[in-house]
Amino acid sequence: MSEGTGDRDEEVLTSDHVLEYPYSRSVGPVIGAFLTGLRDGRILGVTSPDGRVVVPPTEYDPTTGEATGDLVEVGPEGTVESWAWVVSPLPQHPLDHPFAWVLVKLDGADTAVLHVLDAPGPDAVSTGMRVRPHFVEEDERVGRIQDIAAFVPVAGSAS
Amino acid sequence: MSAGEGGADAAPEENTERAPVTMLSTPMRLEYLFSAGIAQSKNLRGLAEGKFIGQRCPVCRKVYMPSRGSCPVDGVPTDEVVELGNTGTVTTFCVVNVPFAGQSIEIPYICAMVLLDGADISFMGLIQEIPTDEVRMGLRVEAVWVPTEELRPSMASVKYFRPSGEPDADYESYKDYT
Repeated sequence: MSEGTGDRDEEVLTSDHVLEYPYSRSVGPVIGAFLTGLRDGRILGVTSPDGRVVVPPTEYDPTTGEATGDLVEVGPEGTVESWAWVVSPLPQHPLDHPFAWVLVKLDGADTAVLHVLDAPGPDAVSTGMRVRPHFVEEDERVGRIQDIAAFVPVAGSAS
Repeated sequence: MSAGEGGADAAPEENTERAPVTMLSTPMRLEYLFSAGIAQSKNLRGLAEGKFIGQRCPVCRKVYMPSRGSCPVDGVPTDEVVELGNTGTVTTFCVVNVPFAGQSIEIPYICAMVLLDGADISFMGLIQEIPTDEVRMGLRVEAVWVPTEELRPSMASVKYFRPSGEPDADYESYKDYT
């Protein structure tokens, strides 16, 4: 038996830990088509039985649960419905400089999609402003929402 | 894994230009700071010096290695620090024959619960330097540590256990710990 060796023994050790799981999920026919569209530089929605266009598309109408219908291309431009400016982006945020989270209702769609808006500052962002997607380079697109790097203001539409 | 690397899963599909996307990589990652606490810090420092450090409960007198700082039976602080020896007894074991992701040891190998002499709780260790079919309950073993310059405050400082050459322990001596 031995006692501790003094002050040093009172220090609490800490360690950086990382826990990660490399999940893959199958996306199904509708989200799969949406992601395939993104890879091809297009944004797809789906028609619901009441004639609305849901973006991103779902297999079932989010309100009634009925099966949705045909896929339709929407956008690429859209209108900002709501936004929040991020002053200090976190490491896991999609942009490394200040940006806005935006709900964008794409032309031809009846629902808004959440994405980021790359704008010079909060003064350049307003509800109702017109935006368009900025896709990453074609050879870097793999079929995921990040294939749209960000939305950007359509020239002359801010404020 | 960053989201960027995750996307690489779709690479094979890119070869066939128009193949539809069917899978999405959604890696989950947590980065956090683990605090070992006072009791386990003593244990970890011991490991960095090639020693097993436990703590004794003042009520039931049981010795925990590693200790979490209190006795799970009596709910009192385990203040008395106890340095344990380098030898112990295999209480139970299993032969690992199944390969899995991240495996660092060649299969088959033995994963055993080792009851250190003077301890009242066993912990998991590798058994090496003995054919896998000769490992048995009651086998007396000793810890083999990594070279001194590689000692760290981690169980990785214990390379493995190997037979100590002593006669097997009586079942009675460890039956309460299996």
